[in-house]
Amino acid sequence: MARIVAGVATSHIPAVGAAWDNGKTADPYWQPVFKGFERSKEWIAELKPDVCIVAYNDHMSAFSLEIVPTFAVGCAAEFPISDEGWGPRKVPPVKGHPELASHIVQSVILDEFDLTIVNRMEVDHGLTVPLTLMFGQPSEWPCPVVPIAVNVVVYPVPTGNRCWMLGKAIRKAVESFDQDLRVVVFGTGGMSHQLQGPRAGLINREFDTRFLDNLTKDPRALVNISHLEYLREAGSEAIELVMWLIMRGALDDRVREIYRFYHVPASNTALGHIIFENTRR
Amino acid sequence: MSLPKEYDDLPGTIVFDADRARQGYHLNMFCMSMMKPENRAAFKADERAYLDRWPMSEAQKQVILKRDWNGMLEQGGNIYFTAKLAATDGLSFQQIAAKMAGATQEEYARMMIKGGRSIEGNRSKSELKSRG
Repeated sequence: MARIVAGVATSHIPAVGAAWDNGKTADPYWQPVFKGFERSKEWIAELKPDVCIVAYNDHMSAFSLEIVPTFAVGCAAEFPISDEGWGPRKVPPVKGHPELASHIVQSVILDEFDLTIVNRMEVDHGLTVPLTLMFGQPSEWPCPVVPIAVNVVVYPVPTGNRCWMLGKAIRKAVESFDQDLRVVVFGTGGMSHQLQGPRAGLINREFDTRFLDNLTKDPRALVNISHLEYLREAGSEAIELVMWLIMRGALDDRVREIYRFYHVPASNTALGHIIFENTRR
Repeated sequence: MSLPKEYDDLPGTIVFDADRARQGYHLNMFCMSMMKPENRAAFKADERAYLDRWPMSEAQKQVILKRDWNGMLEQGGNIYFTAKLAATDGLSFQQIAAKMAGATQEEYARMMIKGGRSIEGNRSKSELKSRG
């Protein structure tokens, strides 16, 4: 049977992808960022997951204002890379796991989550930057990915509690899948940042630190943070942190914190990253 | 009557909700069209003519032509769409963030390196006001 062995949360800042793609990883500005992921790359190379389930948000690349699904599962065999206005990133296309994705759809919808099924979808920096940070620049990604696209752009976006519950439903789905797979769940985006308007550049290190601490020790304390509190305390784009709760909800209540990294600034954003393992790897 | 929106009290922040998505539908879909190289070329060749293909208000067209990045948000734009226009202009997210914050890119980048904009005094419009 399949099982979830670990969880990874990381910001998915587009400028980090651009720095990587343009060979700027040794620049004084970017060097600390990439150094912060060296340990993570070693960890995941050693773990060798069979599949990654990645909760991320589409930044209006695959979707648009025509249709805004709250939760969408990528069921395709392959996901091409989006052109976000400056040409597609030169990274390999993302291979899917259609069987596991369809099983998740089957199980999670019957668990009363109304998912959107997506059979054709491009993926943008929200999904590819986390892969770059964790896997570097391979000629192809080392494992298939099940993308879970979450609307965090058009309000109202799903609540933290709903994301937490979705994580639990995904876990149940994975554990009822009849192949022996070791799965890592990713939550991406965040941490504190605001990209818009006169308040752009907002960072709240205290909020972020508390969020990371609680994510390890007391995640239930995070699930009822209101949209207004994210917006007010951590900036308008910090609402992406609800996707970290999908990852955390899919793990054991008690986890081992393997690694943590926090860095300000990465472009406009407080970059946060944390790795958890379930007791049974 | 629509429900009151508690987030209207946030200073310097426009929350992109379903009402704004409706108001800014064509503005945002225009930005989205910048994801195709042939559309970028057509827009760059004659911005006004390209904008006239979209059923936008004159005010919406003007904020785009003037690259008034805050104005675009006030007209129903959303940052993830307007960023595609920025990319067409060769501008990074940080460059337009600086413009929206009313700073030069250098000033803005320096603020970020020092830890970013502080939350103190920036939680609500009323907090801003009481500080004068």
